[in-house]
Amino acid sequence: MTSAAPVKTQYEAVIGLETHCQLKTTTKIFCSCATDFGAPPNHQVCPICMGMPGVLPVLNQKVLEYAVKAGLALNCQIASYSKFDRKQYFYPDLPKNYQISQYDLPIAEHGWLEIELVDAAGDPCHKKVGITRLHMEEDAGKLVHGGSDRLSGSTYSLADFNRTGVPLCEIVSEPDLRSGAEAAEYAQELRRILRYLGVCDGNMQEGSLRCDVNISMRPVGQTKFGTKVEIKNMNSFNAIQRAIDYEIERQTEALECGELIIQETRLWEEGTQQTISMRVKEGSSDYRYFPEPDLCAIELPAEQLVQWQSELPELPAHKRHYYETELGLSAYDARLLTDDRVVAEYFESTVVAGGNPKQAANWIMGDITGYLNNHKLSITELALQPQGLAELIVLIENSTISSKIAKDLLPELLSRGGSAKEMVERQGLTQIADPGTLTTMINEVLLAHPQELEQYRNGKTKLQGFFVGQIMKKTGGRAEPKITNQLLVQKLKG
Amino acid sequence: MASIRELHQQLVSKERSCTEVTEAALAQIQQLEPKLHSFLAVTAEQALEQARQVDAQIAAGQPIGPLAGIPIGIKDNLCTQGIPTTCASRILQNFIPSYESTVTQKLQNAGAVMVGKTNLDEFAMGSSTENSAYQVTANPWDIERVPGGSSGGSAAAVAAGECVVALGSDTGGSIRLPASFCGVVGLKPTYGLVSRYGLVAFASSLDQIGPLAQSVEDAAILLGAIAGYDPQDSTSLNVAIPDYTQSLIPDIKGKRIGVIQETFGEGLDPVVEKTVQEAIQQLKDLGAEIKEVSCPRFRYGLPTYYIIAPSEASANLARYDGVKYGFRAEADNLLAMYKQTRSQGFGAEVKRRIMIGTYTLSAGYYDAYYLKAQKVRTLIKQDFEQAFEQVDVLVSPTAPTTAFKAGEKTTDPLTMYLSDLMTVPVNLAGLPSLSLPCGFDPQGLPIGLQMISNVLCEGILLQVAYAYEQATPWHKHSPQV
Repeated sequence: MTSAAPVKTQYEAVIGLETHCQLKTTTKIFCSCATDFGAPPNHQVCPICMGMPGVLPVLNQKVLEYAVKAGLALNCQIASYSKFDRKQYFYPDLPKNYQISQYDLPIAEHGWLEIELVDAAGDPCHKKVGITRLHMEEDAGKLVHGGSDRLSGSTYSLADFNRTGVPLCEIVSEPDLRSGAEAAEYAQELRRILRYLGVCDGNMQEGSLRCDVNISMRPVGQTKFGTKVEIKNMNSFNAIQRAIDYEIERQTEALECGELIIQETRLWEEGTQQTISMRVKEGSSDYRYFPEPDLCAIELPAEQLVQWQSELPELPAHKRHYYETELGLSAYDARLLTDDRVVAEYFESTVVAGGNPKQAANWIMGDITGYLNNHKLSITELALQPQGLAELIVLIENSTISSKIAKDLLPELLSRGGSAKEMVERQGLTQIADPGTLTTMINEVLLAHPQELEQYRNGKTKLQGFFVGQIMKKTGGRAEPKITNQLLVQKLKG
Repeated sequence: MASIRELHQQLVSKERSCTEVTEAALAQIQQLEPKLHSFLAVTAEQALEQARQVDAQIAAGQPIGPLAGIPIGIKDNLCTQGIPTTCASRILQNFIPSYESTVTQKLQNAGAVMVGKTNLDEFAMGSSTENSAYQVTANPWDIERVPGGSSGGSAAAVAAGECVVALGSDTGGSIRLPASFCGVVGLKPTYGLVSRYGLVAFASSLDQIGPLAQSVEDAAILLGAIAGYDPQDSTSLNVAIPDYTQSLIPDIKGKRIGVIQETFGEGLDPVVEKTVQEAIQQLKDLGAEIKEVSCPRFRYGLPTYYIIAPSEASANLARYDGVKYGFRAEADNLLAMYKQTRSQGFGAEVKRRIMIGTYTLSAGYYDAYYLKAQKVRTLIKQDFEQAFEQVDVLVSPTAPTTAFKAGEKTTDPLTMYLSDLMTVPVNLAGLPSLSLPCGFDPQGLPIGLQMISNVLCEGILLQVAYAYEQATPWHKHSPQV
């Protein structure tokens, strides 16, 4: 008789993300107040966003444009008929005690987003993540609590309505994600797309991109979802990943011990690297949604949709594919270069201007990125234009200058810009590759160092480097290294 | 009191100064207010200042518009910058708006002289103006009786000559019912014709601002001054505004007038019925073609209205929470502050409607109430659309009865709601409608005739009303307070 050890149940995580993106408009969604971050409390408010009696909302058309463009970039179906609704709940940061949002007819639905992952074997692979919906809504204000971090327990609270009415776009994913890494990658790709579109800053620290995670566990093979837990308060992609990984472990352990998962909202605590229970959801809240009677339904003309579609930029995934297949870059390089649209555009302009793609990538990811970081600059602020970089690369490639000279030239090119070619000509930095000229110089060097020549000929061949150094010194580094070495060896051997 | 046109001529010919006209109105207010209580606030100082400016304009030989120097009452649910706007509610006691409503701004620009803010049912919810948290307005024809509501203060003030014209708001009849009870002309424009910006919302999809006046002509002039597209109101219609006084032609030969069958019969006071029938005969005598018209879903207007209006109100009134402005009850914690502020700040009728609206929007009830009501609303609209394929104007009584005694219906909200039976379907359909005097009952109380026209057909409405008015003596009667 054989006895098998009991098979341990394997669990898988089912994860979906709800992302709130602040749309980068100059004015709020329903009034003309500014949206800048960091103004003194209640300095960007008016009767409308303060919810004064008698005021009415008017939709900022830029908000609609940005939301539609985001929807298009996420492969969504754009609603030909959409509307706003009132979501009702009392809270002091919500001046009207209802939020103007979208309920059953969001502006965009049924989209998807492709993320790049690494499979078990370490090979790159792709995964499509469904986008359930995307809708527009107004942000609430901010409460500053006195005497406690939260409303409960505080002795007083101050309300700052600067953020009230800042436009948001909520993007809900399907529960297609299975790990912290996948979720973090989804969030990053989403941010990349929104930034490419120029519709959102994606600044998680300032809260212009906020991700809430819904996660449940189920035995592998089971189709029914487990009990869902919501996690909030992650202010980096890394935090999203770690919060999920923590939660997977916590829930798995609980399930293995036969415990039930409680439907609740948990907060990620950066300090302890744990999630803690914030509130337990007892049934679903009733927000008493109904159509916003102060706003007309949104019926997007087909021509408008076509117009906005035509204004979409090339998206990061497409660029990555192009860099890898057409420009011969590695997946790693392609990903790095396309992370920021302006960097990718700089790179592409360099290539168009004749720069070798691999070389251009190396310069941009290496010296240029270092320079930008040191000087806290964006690539758009760089004095060196892509044409200048392309020239520099060409000068190296056709052996006009050495890589060393190129490196020497770079600081000035970066800070002052201009043409690399002109600079090389002006400073007389052209590489010396003419064998006659080089032979003359080699002869002069050998004559000047008879002792070292003697030693070399007696077998101390390491001294070849010394002679090269002398030639370089004499030519200001302009001697073409390959030919110089060939000629030098001939001369040294006599 | 003289009409807008007469006053304008007196001002332009320097027969009277604007200051004199204003002082006369203020004197009338001072004399009658102890009995009438039409005004929640009299803005004498601002009125006299505005009058001085108009006088200066006249003295300087500058042209003035028809409304310049005309004393006007403003319903106290219209925001006036720097002047308390209470909606006759305790919850907005001492609330002073930081901005001006579009309509009052337009009137100010036109040189109209606001003499005060008029009383109303709290947040415009009521049919008698008895729901004011501050005072009960009397009907100038019989001070034991109500002026109708919710724009009762405006209607009583105009009827008693405390001002020449006044603004009211009409969500389910709140201009027309008090106009009927007080024997004046009250006009509810097409939904979207007049900007709602600065009108404290009761039910956003129904609310509309309109004039109360002693004559059709005055109503037409005031309507022309307040109508027009406003980019601050998304529901405002971007249409050209005609000169409504051009419609004041006393000739309605060949005009097709439909009598809404469903508004006659059970529940209608026999005297009102008889008087309205006589008015219809008068229209026929004037050359109009009279047709019987059926609006089978008309009778569902009231229940539909009493779901949609409270639903919207429950959200619109959520902002009054003691956090930002208005009345606040001090309490130990946020929830207690919310509860005490709202239970002490709102009156019984407002609370009733907030509760009804909260209920009808709740999960599990939404489909059965709110959604169903919206569907019926569409059907009612269709009834009107079909009717207007056959006729130019529809007529009915404005109210089932004449003014009732104060306190008579306050204990029975459902009976009170029946006062709106004839008027609410019009709001549900967004149509323009007016009420004008068409006779008196044996107690000497005015009876109102309601006229309804198709969307944006205020012109024909005014034409028929004007022709009727000019052919009848009713508008010449004034109450003796």
